This record gives sequence, structure tokens and C-alpha cells, in this order.
Amino acid sequence: MHMADALVAPAVAGTMYVCSAAAAAYSIKKVRKEEDPKKIPVMGVMGAFVFAAQMINFTIPGTGASGHLSGGVLLSALLGPYAGFLTMIGVLLVQCLLFADGGLLALGCNIWNMAFYGCFLGALLIWRPMMKKGASRGKIAAASIIGCVLTLQLGSFSVTLETLTSGITELPFGAFVAVMQPIHLAIGLVEGLITAAVLVFVYEARPELLWGVSEEGTSTSRFSFRRTVITLAVLALLVAGGLSLAASAFPDGLEWSMQQVAGTEELETDGAVYDKADEIQSATSLLPDYGFSGSESAAGTSFSGVVGAGVVAAVCVGICWIFRLFRKKSEGKESFLQR
Amino acid sequence: MSKISRAIREIQTMEELAQRDQWVNRIHPLVKLFLTVFYIAVVVSFPKYQLTGLLGMMIYPLFLFEMGELSVREALHRLRIVLPLVCVAGIFNPFFDREILICWGSFAISGGVISMVTLMLKGIFTVLATYLLIASTSIESICYAMRLIHIPKVFVTQILLIYRYITVLLKETDRMMQAYALRAPGQKGVHVKAWGSMMGQLLLRSMDRAEELYESMCLRGYHGEFYCGKSVGFLGKDLAFLLIWTAVILIFRLFPVLEYVGSLFV
Repeated sequence: MHMADALVAPAVAGTMYVCSAAAAAYSIKKVRKEEDPKKIPVMGVMGAFVFAAQMINFTIPGTGASGHLSGGVLLSALLGPYAGFLTMIGVLLVQCLLFADGGLLALGCNIWNMAFYGCFLGALLIWRPMMKKGASRGKIAAASIIGCVLTLQLGSFSVTLETLTSGITELPFGAFVAVMQPIHLAIGLVEGLITAAVLVFVYEARPELLWGVSEEGTSTSRFSFRRTVITLAVLALLVAGGLSLAASAFPDGLEWSMQQVAGTEELETDGAVYDKADEIQSATSLLPDYGFSGSESAAGTSFSGVVGAGVVAAVCVGICWIFRLFRKKSEGKESFLQR
Repeated sequence: MSKISRAIREIQTMEELAQRDQWVNRIHPLVKLFLTVFYIAVVVSFPKYQLTGLLGMMIYPLFLFEMGELSVREALHRLRIVLPLVCVAGIFNPFFDREILICWGSFAISGGVISMVTLMLKGIFTVLATYLLIASTSIESICYAMRLIHIPKVFVTQILLIYRYITVLLKETDRMMQAYALRAPGQKGVHVKAWGSMMGQLLLRSMDRAEELYESMCLRGYHGEFYCGKSVGFLGKDLAFLLIWTAVILIFRLFPVLEYVGSLFV
């Protein structure tokens, strides 16, 4: 679900950076308030753990496929939402820089889609309320699966919105959503199962490590781990079927809404403000025609552009070679003088 | 080679590249960070049909790859993650946008094809720019640049720690996976019965490691301040580099430079 830079427009990227930065600033304030000097080293090592854990393939029984661990819900169940969120940002930044997994400009979008939902919503709206009266294997499994499925659904929906508002794809909104949501439902389910398995293990080995678990709870569970997992899997499949049917019946939600509200699928604008805005847009949109009108001259302009690209590339490489030649010569002279 | 070993090797390669004594590596990290973000923002700002305009943006990676004596092949290898995603987003454009925009004789190109190619080029240029940054600047230096722009030290410190511990934990995971594979021959991935115990063990060991790390940091005088990279002065050449490249990127964004050059020859 990592978005590349090419998939976002600067305005969308900037907006998402502002939203993610606000959440990060709030988290930093909360982590500072805790005044726990151990927190930062733990966050660092846990970030590296998530990184390493994501490299492991988990075989999905009955299929040839494999799944990976979800970081957001796991980190917030261990470190809390604020420290978990900051750790996830660190993981996403390092992934982006070292492995080109997600872009530097799209980092704000990726933080929002993968870290914000997983850590804030997953921890505050799902994990904490469910662990309020104590933890049990079934509750941990349910919280992990619901958390991963829900946050991944929200994340993938955000990816769709961000890509469409960036004007990157010609794919209609309904079709895009119908492709994204069911895929991420399956991914979320597998990630939820893996997260559940790990957290249940931690609960049994070192329950004090889990965040937000009330001590008054007992380990006797109303749901068994297996029953919870099966119930949630069946529910998820039913919801997936329902969602995809709805998606195919109403292929374009945005156009449908416009039709209902305005009586037309496209809004027409007139008035001085719109004319002025149009003028500004024409003035600032660089090379408005750019030779793509289908005429011979357009083809000629484009051809000039391609030839120009070749010439500029050749000149660049030439300059670099000359520069390097001179540098090597001067380095050679220096080493000769030093001898 | 396993996926984990490949990742470790990739990190080591990037570290070696960033440690080289090249003039690009000696440029102030803040300048490189700013230029990379600026370049990426300008690249993605090109409208979907401005293919020839976008082609001009090749000048930045082309120049720096040549000057920094970096391998384009290595950089293109990183596209294996990004390009399929970009292709998925752009592959439908030729089907939905069929309006013919260019005719070269009997050869017609639709708007969808142009917007798809533009999207792919954007993907390639942005990945190359990020590669240039990380191949010429260490993570410590990037963290130092982040501190210069007042990004809180809580955040920067944990990024440094994540980076330092990635290799350690990757090696540990690799050993665990190797031990598991030797006991479960012919099995692809980790069996469902071992999901919890496998990752849980690694997690508990990581937690214990974090405790030990904190204690050793305290013994070395840690008081909440973690030094990231040596301080680097902002020199005249850094300013010149920043100004020249900002101007070049803007000129290529605002004017059809390639068409002017091409019209001299056609």
C-alpha cells in the first residue's frame, strides 16, 4: 500500500504532510509528557523489529500465498498509539530512503494511510476499549483482526481518494474502490491473523508488555481463539461479498452523488471569479497547448522536444566527462607533486 | 540469496556509496535534502500530457549520476518496487482516454498512452532522485539536516536507532529463518502453527535488547541527547549548488527548453 511519488499531486502530498505532521506533533507532545527515558530506545528497536518481521513470509494454510506482518496495530498494542505512530513514521521513512518503498513526497500520504489509522484508530477505538476489562486470548485475537481489517480498509480507501484527487488515473472512482477494497480486505485478514498470533504469544509469555490492558481482567475468555478467528473470517467474507456487489451496482459514487444533488454529472461554472481563475490557470499552466493537438505542427513540436532531449542529454554527459577528465588530471598532478 | 540477505546487502551497499569521498557526497546534507524534495515536487507537478516538458527533468539525475560516478543500473534495480504500482495506476489510461493527440504520419498516439508514459517517467525520475540523495548522504547526515530544520530530537533519535538496529535484527531474523528452514525442509514460509512463537520470540528478544541498549547508553552518558552526524559548515559552494540547481529546475519547468534546443537542429 506504499504510494509512490508519481501517484500524488504536490497539493495532495502537501495537504497529507500537514495532516500527518499535526498527528506527529501531538504524538511527540504525548511521548514527552510520559517522561520515560527508556521509551526512545524501545521505539528504535521495535521499529527495527517491524522492519525485520516484515521480511518473513507466513504461509497461508490451504493456499500457495503468503502474508506479512502489519506494523501499526502491533506497535500500538505494545508501545501505545503515540509512540507506535512515531515508530511507524520512522519505519516508513527508512523504507522509503533505503528500499524506494514509497516516495519521499508521498511520505505524508503513506504515514496517514498506514500509520495514522493503524495506530490511532486501531489503538484508541478498538484495542483499548476491548482491553478495558482485562485481556484474554479471544479478545486479543478479535481486536487484532478487527483492527487490521478496519484500518487497512480505511487506508486503501484513502489511497483511492488521494490518487483520484491527484488526477493520476482515468479509472472511475467506483471501479477503483471495487478493486482496492476487496484486495485489502483479504490482506487485512491475513495481517490480522499474524498480528493476533504474535500478540497472543506475548500475552501468554510477558503480559505486562501489552499496552492498555487493565489488570483487573482474568484470562478466562468467553471466546476461544479459534472460534473468534473463524467467526471474524466468515463475517469478513460476507461483508466483502456485500461490498463488491454494491460497488458493481453503483459504479460511480461521486457522479451518482452529483446527479442527486445538482441534477447533472458535471458542474458548470460561470461568473467573474471563475473567469478570472480560468485566466490565471491558463497563464500559469505552462505550455497549455504543448503541441498535442493532433496537427502536423504539433507532431513537429513534439519531435523537436524529443530531439532536444537527446541533444541536452548528450551535452550533459559531455560536460560531465570533461569535468571528470580535468579533475582526474589535476588529481594526477597533485599525487605526482606529492611523490 | 534470501530476501533478508539481499536487504542486508542493499543497506551495506548504500552505506558504502554514502561514505565515498566524492564531491556530491561533500555537499551539505540540508542542500541535498531540500533539492531532492523540490525536484520531486516539480516533477510530479507536470500535467499528464506534458511529456516533452517532463523529459527535460532528466537533467538533474543525469548530471548528478555522471558527476557522482554512480551506477544507473543499481538505481534502476530499485524501480522493481515502484514501477509495478505506477503501472497498475497508469495501465488503464489508454483504455479510458482514447482521444488522439499526436499524429506522426499514419502513426497516432492517444492521450491515454501519453499520460501513461508521463506517469512512468515521473515514477522513474522520483526514484532516481531519492536514490541520489541516499547514495550520496548517510542516514546520520540526513538526520543532522532534519535537526537543523528543528525536527524534534525524539523523532530523529528513534530514526537513527531504527537504522542502526535494522541490520542487527535482520541478521537475527535471517539466522532464525535459516534454523527454521533446516528443520522444515521444502516448506515455503512459516507454518501457521509457528506464526506466534516465531515472531513472538523475536519480539521478546528485541524488547530485551532495547533494555540492554538503554542501559549501555546510560553508561555512556546518555541524557536524552543523541548526536547525529558530525556538524558540517554551510560553505559558499553549497549555496552555489543550491541556487544553480533551483534555477535550472525552475527554468526547465517554466520554459520548453528541449523544444528550443531541438528546433535548432530540426
